[in-house]
Amino acid sequence: MTEGSPLSLHVPEPEVRPGGTPDFSNVPIPKAGSVPRPEVDADPKSIRDLAYSIIRVLNREGEAVGPWAGTLTDEELAEGLRHMMTLRAFDTRMQMAQRQGKTSFYMQHMGEEAVSCAFRKALNQGDMNFPTYRQAGLLIAGGYPMVDMMNQIYSNERDPLKGRQLPVMYASKEHGFFSISGNLTTQYIQAVGWAMASAIKNDTKIAAAWVGDGATAESDFHAALVFASTYKAPVVLNIVNNQWAISTFQGIARGGSGTFAARGLGFGIPALRVDGNDYLAVHAVAKWATERARRNLGPTLVEYVTYRVGAHSTSDDPSAYRPKTESDAWPLGDPVIRLKNHLILRGVWSDERHKQAEAEILDTVITAQKEAESHGTLHAGGKPSTRDMFEGVYAEMPPHLRRQRQQAGV
Amino acid sequence: MPRMTMIEAIRGAMDVSMDKDDDVVVFGEDVGYFGGVFRCTQGLQQKYGRTRCFDAPISELGIVGAAIGMAAYGLKPCVEVQFADYVYPAYDQIVSEAARLRYRSNGEFTCPIVIRMPTGGGIFGGQTHSQSPEALFTHVSGLKVVVPSNPHDAKGLLIASIEDPDPVIFLEPKRLYNGPFDGHHERPVTPWSKHPLGEVPEGHFTVPLGKASILREGSAVTILAYGTMVYVAEAAAEETGIDAEIIDLRTLLPLDLDTIVASVKKTGRCVVVHEATLTSGFGAELAALVQQHCFYHLEAPVARVTGWDTPYPHAQEWDYFPGPARLGLALRETMEA
Repeated sequence: MTEGSPLSLHVPEPEVRPGGTPDFSNVPIPKAGSVPRPEVDADPKSIRDLAYSIIRVLNREGEAVGPWAGTLTDEELAEGLRHMMTLRAFDTRMQMAQRQGKTSFYMQHMGEEAVSCAFRKALNQGDMNFPTYRQAGLLIAGGYPMVDMMNQIYSNERDPLKGRQLPVMYASKEHGFFSISGNLTTQYIQAVGWAMASAIKNDTKIAAAWVGDGATAESDFHAALVFASTYKAPVVLNIVNNQWAISTFQGIARGGSGTFAARGLGFGIPALRVDGNDYLAVHAVAKWATERARRNLGPTLVEYVTYRVGAHSTSDDPSAYRPKTESDAWPLGDPVIRLKNHLILRGVWSDERHKQAEAEILDTVITAQKEAESHGTLHAGGKPSTRDMFEGVYAEMPPHLRRQRQQAGV
Repeated sequence: MPRMTMIEAIRGAMDVSMDKDDDVVVFGEDVGYFGGVFRCTQGLQQKYGRTRCFDAPISELGIVGAAIGMAAYGLKPCVEVQFADYVYPAYDQIVSEAARLRYRSNGEFTCPIVIRMPTGGGIFGGQTHSQSPEALFTHVSGLKVVVPSNPHDAKGLLIASIEDPDPVIFLEPKRLYNGPFDGHHERPVTPWSKHPLGEVPEGHFTVPLGKASILREGSAVTILAYGTMVYVAEAAAEETGIDAEIIDLRTLLPLDLDTIVASVKKTGRCVVVHEATLTSGFGAELAALVQQHCFYHLEAPVARVTGWDTPYPHAQEWDYFPGPARLGLALRETMEA
């Protein structure tokens, strides 16, 4: 181009669209074990490379290798596998329940189970997550009752949120799970504020913020990084890069920056990139970042590289914008199968035990589902009262709401 | 009783609240070391330390978003947006988050925050230092919206707002910071030290949210006003000789409907006045409520005297600002109707 020639707008496009052959050959995947593990108090400037690589523990053979291995015992790993399997079974049943008209809406985690399940195990009682709608693994791995999750999804008479919220927008203070909002990224800066509060009160609790790749484009993401950086808040800033924001590929949100993790560097925030389908790697990185926060060393940004295998939601059909078989070509594989293979290799798991666990888990989920459905589903059985609709707008109901409640005949 | 400016009263309210409750924190742009561009937080950082009163990056959404997170933890943040005109970047956090947190989580998480912001015109502030955005907040269920008109109420209402368990939008008419203003820009302004409403008790006291006050009793017409407009209403009543009852609403949401209805039923006439633009302004809600609740007592249409439906201009300040002349005209028309 010479000076004075017409300008043209650059609009990024994914490599492949429906009908094309999925191809991730241009996605660089470092060898497992190849990324060094710095001390948690390392100077952020000295570990800039970690924002451009991918921390991986499980190699192709299913062995745990390198400096990030060894943060969990066999028993803890088996438990982690069960958490991921439980989340997957839960998703399958709730997806089906939505198709059967028992609820209006659902969002799956297929392919991303390791991220929230493994991260949860690095947190302590009292720490607070500020999740998006795709981190239910935090609840599953945190021991939140599955029946209550289903009650919320069904908006039934036992719904902890009294039927006020869309399905999957859970909230539980006791389980360190902040109220989910439909407005993307709003919780990211709130997590920083919560962490600042913990520091103001000289507490020992930390916060974890969650956002997807697409939602990093929201202004709240920028504000969160500024505040976290300025006040050195004890927060882990998580970005789950599952490649897709509904139909929009991650290149639209990422733009020219090499990686999402790299965005942290401009704020002086140490940034790590991790294999999001590697339960061991996710846990090791979460442990590193949470330790930094607990030692008052400040925030850490973590990008989990994963793939959204399922549709965005029950209202979405991905075949309209990406190849149907794209998830099969995803080079980081399936988190459940990878951890299963690792445990088999270690001699603490087997195909038979896996099948047996699958059956047990399905049984547990179906039992919970039956109990939840005995309290009603969206259009049948017990439901929250109309009076509940008027409660909780304020701590005390003001006169105008009392008048409206009377008008509604309740 | 000591006399204070509204600035001193607001500062006093934060001082009393921070002294009483360690969970009260104050932050915003230029709020810390410097003490605020209007001096409302002067000395608080020195007295309570940098972790109780501090400067924030220039990010309104960051300030409000962080405050919401702090409130979820258990603190009681009282934050400042430098001008109400600059609250819009935080609007999503206020409307989608602060206002709904209690409701959507069924009380698992709550949001006891106060967002202070200087509001209103009459100071040659032009388009972005004069706006009155209260209607953008009164339309949001879950918020409380407060507008004091004098130092006494400013202190009592702010302490009540900080202690309130719900999010409060606290709009401070900056035109009233140093003295009452009746719209007569050609006359020198009386300082609060020479005005009885400048008398403010020392220490802790509250003025309850949701309660209006009757600034002037009258029998001919009810004027519904708040902020700077209560003094414009006083001047217009005096200059027209019309025996107006002036109600200072003080809290717009929740509204003290009982006081309004009792007054209009007594007078049979009502004029609503605010600085904000007319269309879909808070005056529309007031007029509709008066019409609904006082229909058989009304002897004239409910009138509204407001800012014009234009952005707030600079050079045409006094053609825009609803002064005593415009309000007086509306009062006469309402009396003759």
